[in-house]
Amino acid sequence: MTPNDGPPRARVGQAITRRIARGLPAALLALALLGAWEAYVDIGSVSPIVLPAPHEVAAEIWNNAGLLSANLELTAQEVGLGVLLALLLGFMLGVLIHLSPLLRRAVYPLAVGSQAVPIALIGVLLVFWWGFGVLPKLFVIVLICFFPVVVTTVDGLASVDPDQLKLLRTLGASRWQALRFGELPAALPAALSGARIALAVGVIGAYIAETSTATSGPYAGLGHQINADINALQTPRAYAAAVVLFVFAIACFYTLALAERVLAPWANRPRGEIR
Amino acid sequence: MPIQLKPRERRQQDTSGGSQAALTNAVGHAPAEQAVVLDGVSHAYTDRRGAPVHALADVSLRTARGSVLAVVGPSGCGKTTLLELICALQQPDAGILRCEPAVLMPQRDLLMPWLCALDNAALALRIAGLPRARARERGAALFDELGLGGFERARPHELSGGMRQRVAFVRTLLSGKPLLCLDEPFGALDAITRQEMQEWLTGALVREPRTVVLVTHDVEEAIVLADRVAVLAPRPGHVIAELSVDLPRPRTRTNPAVIALREQALRALNLGATEDGR
Repeated sequence: MTPNDGPPRARVGQAITRRIARGLPAALLALALLGAWEAYVDIGSVSPIVLPAPHEVAAEIWNNAGLLSANLELTAQEVGLGVLLALLLGFMLGVLIHLSPLLRRAVYPLAVGSQAVPIALIGVLLVFWWGFGVLPKLFVIVLICFFPVVVTTVDGLASVDPDQLKLLRTLGASRWQALRFGELPAALPAALSGARIALAVGVIGAYIAETSTATSGPYAGLGHQINADINALQTPRAYAAAVVLFVFAIACFYTLALAERVLAPWANRPRGEIR
Repeated sequence: MPIQLKPRERRQQDTSGGSQAALTNAVGHAPAEQAVVLDGVSHAYTDRRGAPVHALADVSLRTARGSVLAVVGPSGCGKTTLLELICALQQPDAGILRCEPAVLMPQRDLLMPWLCALDNAALALRIAGLPRARARERGAALFDELGLGGFERARPHELSGGMRQRVAFVRTLLSGKPLLCLDEPFGALDAITRQEMQEWLTGALVREPRTVVLVTHDVEEAIVLADRVAVLAPRPGHVIAELSVDLPRPRTRTNPAVIALREQALRALNLGATEDGR
């Protein structure tokens, strides 16, 4: 019955060792890539305007910590709010599509098509409508992020064991209760996977949003800063901002993975069911 | 026993069912002390390839309230169809079927992996509209009573096959229906666990008396558990023998009276008294 044997302290120690061991490959790979990058720039004497070396980028991060953190704050807000809206919209749309074949036929093609809309094309229109504020950026992020949530939610809702639905019916469940006690929980792991994709895509979505719309004010977000720095031949600082975005995306992804383990602890486990 | 059947156009699965059959099934409660009354019930459905399957032909059975009826027979004898008819998941093509409100316990436990054992057991109460705390309270009382105390918070994947079936049985009990239809509840368990479960079920039914229709392919299990045993033969399913088991519980499979009844049932199935038939 008890999967964890042994004294508690030894268990905690084991867990920490295991965690470090699991993070080791990623750390080693990152170090190897950084080393190759450093070696390429140093040996090939590449100009920092074309490709700054990792140590230069690190120095830029250190020297521009204030600017980067202010821009990160803005971008993080856009990503957080945008992805949250995308999750809500995507999940609701997924449920509606699941419940109504008519909606599925009507909405699905358009939802697929929405992924092919060139953002630069509508950026001007969005600014024309909503100005320089956060709204146009949110729209772009939602447009980019909602789709994976819709697809995974629809698939998740359909993945429920039909015998479980039959059982719910024999216990007297209404259509709504079948959704509430059967399909929605069954769909949660898949929907959370969709959320993870959305969050990872949301970071690049924020970059696209910031570069294809206009912003007024001293800080315009990391994406905007990257473009401005490239134009000003401040490539090392653009790389510094990109690294911050990179780390931010990874952090988001794993935070949600952690949330997934809390929200849907039954997922990714062998089902171990009698058949 | 050739019976003329009019096969239905398609298989009905919804509980709202056909209007004519609903008259006999959903409305008519069984009279007085009878929990289930089947009179000349026939049923056919169309399989996936479109071929008609005569599942049951002219089946007549009666079960007294509070007793256990076991239905045994080889696969294809319409046992599952019989339960689905009793649970109003399908409607008979012909004959009269009257029974108390019934609930089906399928062979697969179908526990929801996202719910703990207690919440799984209390599912019917939640569906009936009880708030979670009240549903858990009532479920926990039954867990204690039936010897499942301590497993309330366990997730299904942490439970053994036997434990999962126990939780599924408690879930069936808590549906509040007076008639339980058990579809090979221990069919997927190993022999030792199955024997344990039979003893547990006997005890559970002493504490929580219900009318039970138990479908099994295990003749011995039927005789150990039931008050009456109906033996069905396949294609189409029809009753070939009915045995009364007037033996005190708990019964052991080595009891000479159990063995004698088993041989009687196996002989009805044309399997010879010495063969095991399993």
